[in-house]
Amino acid sequence: MEGNLIEFLKEVRWSSYAVGTGIGILSCFSFLISGKPLACSTSFAKTSGMIERLFSGKKVELKPYYRKIGLAVDWQWMLVLGIVIGSMISALLSGDFSWQWVPSLWAAEFGGNPLLRVIVALFGGVCIGFGSRWAGGCTSGHGISGTLQLAVSSWISAVCFFIGGILTANAVFSLFG
Amino acid sequence: MQTGKSMDKRMQPSGARKDKSPLLRGLAFGIVFGFLLQKGGATKYDVIVGQLLLTDFTVIKIMLSAVLVGMIGIHAMKSLGWVDLYPKPGSAGMNIIGGLIFGAGFALLGYCPGTIAGAIGNGSLDALVGGLAGILIGSGLFASLYPRLSRGILMKGSFGDMTFPRLFKVNHWMIVIPAVTLIFLLLYWLERAGL
Repeated sequence: MEGNLIEFLKEVRWSSYAVGTGIGILSCFSFLISGKPLACSTSFAKTSGMIERLFSGKKVELKPYYRKIGLAVDWQWMLVLGIVIGSMISALLSGDFSWQWVPSLWAAEFGGNPLLRVIVALFGGVCIGFGSRWAGGCTSGHGISGTLQLAVSSWISAVCFFIGGILTANAVFSLFG
Repeated sequence: MQTGKSMDKRMQPSGARKDKSPLLRGLAFGIVFGFLLQKGGATKYDVIVGQLLLTDFTVIKIMLSAVLVGMIGIHAMKSLGWVDLYPKPGSAGMNIIGGLIFGAGFALLGYCPGTIAGAIGNGSLDALVGGLAGILIGSGLFASLYPRLSRGILMKGSFGDMTFPRLFKVNHWMIVIPAVTLIFLLLYWLERAGL
């Protein structure tokens, strides 16, 4: 029995439904124990503000958006840090961990140049950071936690994430691939 | 330098113990979340962009099954009075435009704010060097523009923290049951179609 559990934890991939069910249950515990929905993107805005504060001093805290979200390490910030650790534990257990600059699907379409990949990732990241703040959430805060609460804002956002994503991915892969 | 000391400073009694347990709980939830995302393949560019190219349906299967299970659990706990809900406020200007900008970034980066943390844990250097820096820049850019945006476009078509049960003025199970049924049928159809 114990051996089976260890083998299970060492598997490279679990069924999407097992993973989804696990995230659904985790989400319930998060509401029950911490009174918080699983969400990530605000922590990146806090980090951005905290970095700016290092260079420009405390006046950064007076920016209206940072006054609204507060510039401090909180529950959600630790959640995001935990994701890095949890993913690394899973990848190391299964031998799926590897340092990689260029993902294989990208390399097959656009070549193996790390600089091109990093530049596009940077630009994509700017849109993600800007767009998640504009929409008030990301794929976890709106896409999972908000939709399961039946929030109107989250269903509209989640649908638009995928419309924007599907259109952009197909355009980029057919024009430049 | 003159700083706004009076603003947003929490009053803390001297020598008061700071409760660190919410931070530790957040970390614990994150570790499980990251572990699950990696096991599902959702920390990989190939899987996420495969979903957006409609060649790999892993991401939508994970999300919809999480929503299905979570929706039942949360509304059951709400009926029992165990939890409060926190629906996010929104508007057409916020959620449609922001959602589309996010979507474009999702396709170019190939990770979202949660899965990029997982991708970094998985060893993806494009996520760490390019994507993370980009998200921080984009968030900072928004914070700078926020005073102007918040009075204009972000308020267009505002509907507050509306939920579908309140919109239709029905008990939440009247929405949960059809929504869960539709999600289940969609997942069943995806499997039947071999996707």
